Amino acid sequence: MSRISPLFEQLRAQNRTALIPYLTAGDPTPGATVGLMHALVGGGADAIELGVPFSDPMADGPVIAAAHERALRHQVGLRHILDMVQEFRQMDKKTPVILMGYQNPIEAMGIANFAQRAQAAGVDGVLTVDLPPEEAHGTAKMYAKANIDPIFLIAPTTPINRIKIIAELASGFVYYVSLKGVTGAQNLDTQALAARLHDIRHECALPVGVGFGIRDARTAQAVGHEADAVIIGSALVQIIAEFGAGDAAPLQQKVQAFMAEIRHALDTQ
Amino acid sequence: MNNSDLNSVSMPDAGSFDFAQFPDEHGRFGEFGGKYVAETLMEPIAELQAAYARFRADPDFVREFETDLRDFVGRPSAMYFAARMSEAYGAQIWFKREDLNHTGAHKINNAIGQALLAKRLGKTRIIAETGAGQHGVATATVAARLGLECVIYMGAEDIERQQPNVFRMKLLGATVVPVVSGTCTLKDAMNEAMRDWVTNVDNTFYIIGSVAGPHPYPQMVRDFQSVIGTEARAQMLEKTGRLPDAVVACVGGGSNAIGIFHAFLNDENVTLYGAEAGGDGIETGRHAAPLSVGRPGVLHGMRTYLMEDNDGQIIGTHSVSAGLDYPGVGPEHSWLKDLGRVNYTGITDVDAMSAFHDVMRFEGIIPALESAHAVAYAKKLAPLYGKDKIILVNMSGRGDKDINTVAKLEGISL
Ligand SMILES: Cc1ncc(COP(=O)(O)O)c(C=O)c1O
Repeated sequence: MSRISPLFEQLRAQNRTALIPYLTAGDPTPGATVGLMHALVGGGADAIELGVPFSDPMADGPVIAAAHERALRHQVGLRHILDMVQEFRQMDKKTPVILMGYQNPIEAMGIANFAQRAQAAGVDGVLTVDLPPEEAHGTAKMYAKANIDPIFLIAPTTPINRIKIIAELASGFVYYVSLKGVTGAQNLDTQALAARLHDIRHECALPVGVGFGIRDARTAQAVGHEADAVIIGSALVQIIAEFGAGDAAPLQQKVQAFMAEIRHALDTQ
Repeated sequence: MNNSDLNSVSMPDAGSFDFAQFPDEHGRFGEFGGKYVAETLMEPIAELQAAYARFRADPDFVREFETDLRDFVGRPSAMYFAARMSEAYGAQIWFKREDLNHTGAHKINNAIGQALLAKRLGKTRIIAETGAGQHGVATATVAARLGLECVIYMGAEDIERQQPNVFRMKLLGATVVPVVSGTCTLKDAMNEAMRDWVTNVDNTFYIIGSVAGPHPYPQMVRDFQSVIGTEARAQMLEKTGRLPDAVVACVGGGSNAIGIFHAFLNDENVTLYGAEAGGDGIETGRHAAPLSVGRPGVLHGMRTYLMEDNDGQIIGTHSVSAGLDYPGVGPEHSWLKDLGRVNYTGITDVDAMSAFHDVMRFEGIIPALESAHAVAYAKKLAPLYGKDKIILVNMSGRGDKDINTVAKLEGISL
């Protein structure tokens, strides 16, 4: 078993919502990533989604797409990212790490090879944006063998029968995309969200994380009422983008403070 | 190129093998194709697939499509014997004249089909990506005619080199959005169109311009474009009493090529050739020839041959022709390559430019730079075939849009 299910069990027992930040590996520089991951945990992150940069991040909005471009300027590839996770694991054996990205870099490494190396590095889950369950059967099996949870998206457009299909293949948690659109979109409707989560829970016993459109403590708190996990991406990546590639310490402090604020909001709802 | 190329094609169990049966229900051509898209798009794509299956079998829809092709596009397009070029090249060269279509390329066939579908689905907004601008112009044209809002995504670099088409789209009432991400060309325009689609999926129909993207696009676009080969095959039989020995088409995403190939796939004795963009030469790495030197991967919703580096990042392409400047290719081509049914070769910028001039001076036709790649391939094949053999070239579009590019390349200011 990966670290993901035990985490959600523990949080459920404590009646807490998981906080899962996203950052793109290699942004702003490859050397900064592991330090930022520790800072996120320091600020109260329960798990980390680590973006694997891709040349064509079709499902990402301008903020995260730009992060991919920044990372790729440093030629950050999947193999480097596995090294980063391994380095992170030397100090942190507990926090789940989920890789999030696109299928092509994984296939370039070879799916079985990737699964094995990811397990060895300490990866817990893999979310592949452009790999819907219809295309994922072979891949999901290889991940299962390596104790890696395949994380799937559920969208506002996903009908009930597809939620069932997703639930059969998914493990760890499912990720509800709270908006139609790319990452970084605005305008979250929390009421519609509650109704949707109700439907999802009816079909799927896994914890449900919600992402897209969560920008700050207030939106995180609103979503946290409904979800098992809140996922924050663009807002965090924006902070990194604005800071640029300067000294490590002040950026880590900034990121940690941002996490702490959201952690506080989630824990005081 | 050597003589063995002519005999290298083995039909996959000819007779029992029906190419028209593909893609399968999962949208696969062998291992290629599929639906590699974000979850938000899965249901809209399923709806599109169902709608397309319904309308494809609906006589009203088919009649409307065929009427538009006749009265608006001007089909059937002519089948033309290029006499002086045949003399010069050493085989009988024929052109399927898609350049004579309204808007100047084959792209309109598909744009009409998809726009009719959009209208029947009640969509009010059309988006598209474009490289050379031909698909953008075709889409803006049909959107204007149907009174639909139209947004065209176009790489900033392509906007620069295809100015006349950009202006045409604007005149037609379309909004042209410059794409400045990635390599600023066709693939990035497609990324941007996908982002728009996923955001506005309720009212928006995405008209993909080639046989690329997730299922059902490769099938749907092929079906709309297969009118090219269906006409060409009948015209050939009528004019010469026989089928061509070879059919040649350029391959960007692959829609004009599939369009003309499809009617001939089950004809064992017709050899098929696809000209990819060889750019500065395959050996330089500066080209857009995934079938020649790429490897299978996943991009833009499909599994297909791609140009990528060892990390699986898509690499920048190069071609003198914006319409061929794409690092992937329609999945059916990847399958036809692996089956050995079609021969694909990279044609360099230099050879395409030389063929461009040949077509102008021998035949009085301005070919699109894309189509000039097919002509250049025919030039290489002609001596291998000989003067009794027929080589049919798909003249996919006219080159008026390219004269600025040609002038610039030749150091002439207009
Ligand atoms: C005239 C012409 N031919 C060919 C192409 C390449 O597209 P495809 O390979 O889909 O036919 C284009 C694309 O813009 C074009 O304008």
